[in-house]
Amino acid sequence: MNSRTEPQLVRYLLIGIALVFFGLFIVLPLSCVFFHAFSKGWLVYIKALQNPDAVSAMRLTIITALVAVPLNLVFGVAASWAIAKFDFKGRDLLLSLIDLPLSVSPVIAGLIFILIFGAQGFLGPWLIAHNVRIVFALPGIILATIFVTFPMVARELIPIMKSQGNEEEEAALTLGASGWKTFWMISVPNIRWGILYGIILCNARAMGEFGAVSVVSGHIRGLTNTLPLHIEILYNEYQSTAAFAAASILALLAIVTLIAKTVIEALIRRGRAS
Amino acid sequence: MSIEVRNIHKKFGAFKALDNVSLKVEHGELLALLGPSGSGKTSLLRIVAGLDFHDSGQVLFSGQDAREQKVKDRGVGFVFQHYALFRHMTVFDNIAFGLRVQPPHLRPSEQAVRAKVMELLKLIQLEWVVDRFPWQLSGGQRQRIALARALAVKPRVLLLDEPFGSLDAQVRKELRMWLRRFHDEAHITTLFVTHDQEEALEVADRIVVMNQGRIEQVGTPEDVYHNPANAFVLNFLGNVNFFHCRLAEGKAIIGETELEVPGLSVDQPKIAKLYVRPNQFKLSRGPGKGSSLKAIVEYLNPAGTLVKATLKTETGERIHVEITQEEYRQLKLVKLMPVFVSLKDVSYSEYVQTAG
Repeated sequence: MNSRTEPQLVRYLLIGIALVFFGLFIVLPLSCVFFHAFSKGWLVYIKALQNPDAVSAMRLTIITALVAVPLNLVFGVAASWAIAKFDFKGRDLLLSLIDLPLSVSPVIAGLIFILIFGAQGFLGPWLIAHNVRIVFALPGIILATIFVTFPMVARELIPIMKSQGNEEEEAALTLGASGWKTFWMISVPNIRWGILYGIILCNARAMGEFGAVSVVSGHIRGLTNTLPLHIEILYNEYQSTAAFAAASILALLAIVTLIAKTVIEALIRRGRAS
Repeated sequence: MSIEVRNIHKKFGAFKALDNVSLKVEHGELLALLGPSGSGKTSLLRIVAGLDFHDSGQVLFSGQDAREQKVKDRGVGFVFQHYALFRHMTVFDNIAFGLRVQPPHLRPSEQAVRAKVMELLKLIQLEWVVDRFPWQLSGGQRQRIALARALAVKPRVLLLDEPFGSLDAQVRKELRMWLRRFHDEAHITTLFVTHDQEEALEVADRIVVMNQGRIEQVGTPEDVYHNPANAFVLNFLGNVNFFHCRLAEGKAIIGETELEVPGLSVDQPKIAKLYVRPNQFKLSRGPGKGSSLKAIVEYLNPAGTLVKATLKTETGERIHVEITQEEYRQLKLVKLMPVFVSLKDVSYSEYVQTAG
């Protein structure tokens, strides 16, 4: 430590500034959520969460995540496998496309689906004629969520797969393993922590997504409100305790995600060090 | 099994990795593919293994076209430069992998797998690492495990890609002698890639010298060393000095000096490049009978089997010379001492044009 050139004062000052910012912008808001949620006691908190609309919102959020995350996982593994292990025309284009949802505002992402599947949209008349509901219903919410979470798994896996190269897979092939066995016995175990990490990030985003889902959901209470949308409605209706109770569930999810992420990062580091 | 490649072409983009390469590896032979990086030797090895595909030409295994055979059906054991051990598996599971992934009707029992793995570990003298993970082993140990893993499936051909390239000098020497002994017992057709001429000369039955996607020469180590097909082979297989000179009637005229060249006969004077290995010079303290080049000792390294010296001629050219310890003691060579250089032999001369 003594080898550092900065004088002690500068060090404490820098650390102090960082801590103040951390406290002001992260710890304080987060504790506010829990403080408000419990401000009227346990009973009100529990009751707010037992409200049928809240239960329905939680159920919808979980269903959305349960559909979106596995689909993203399959896509993410396939895309990163293709990008990291093979050289083909359009590889760079695919790589940029994967990043697209990160650079597009979620509201625009939602609007895209309205423009395609909405009543005035591209496929709207056909869908109405065949009585298929996509926007303002579960399918639209799931589609929008998949869109915004698209890059989460792939972005985690591509660098890991690239750094590992192809040699272990090639070795497995020369030893007589089929492509399928090579994938399951060699490729997947080598990226298992990356997959888990990607799932966690993807899940957090899927459950927390507001903008895109807000556009396509139509805010039908008890039907198409996910947890973040439910919170907004409650808050706008001045039911702040109920809003914060619901928010505390999402905040809790964020904290659990953060802990899981830290643990997995440590495991990845240990794996890499070995 | 014999391997034959015929007129193989391979391009990566605009880069010609292999340019009309034909080669036959006899059954039970230990063959080295030797060349600088980018010479196409690894590409050739990977094409034989089925890990890469040639643009045109044929690969024949025992006379049969291997084009339709997938990697897993070719029966090749491939050893990678960086070992490519499965990092999430123990040494035991690594070696057992090839046996365990066989189709059910061919797969040996777990007991037989265990016996085979232990037999291989004994062969490479690493029984005690059976439960370790690759990261717990040294480079030399990992490479031996990689060899054992490749041997477990009884390959018909063993392909080694710079197998000792990332090991330190001592381990490298031990392992290559081990490979030679192993090959003498097992007689499995082996093709190995190296850029280290010493390794190729020491281990291989025959050497294939490659450069820029082409084969420059194929021959026994003795052959390629003593009768190089061209200047590239000569250069690549050890240090060599070269002189621009005029050749005439048993003499090489370098600048103002005439040097006698033993065994040289030219019908008419020629401009030539003369290649001389460091051990083909004779040094003396006096000018001697014939004519000789005068030089001073610029650098001297007597530590080694041979004494290495760098001489600087009067015209400022440097000559790298190797003499025996005995000669060194007789000459009482010291730095900055003047010496006279004559030729004992010449490795190779390349005629540039006929002198008028």
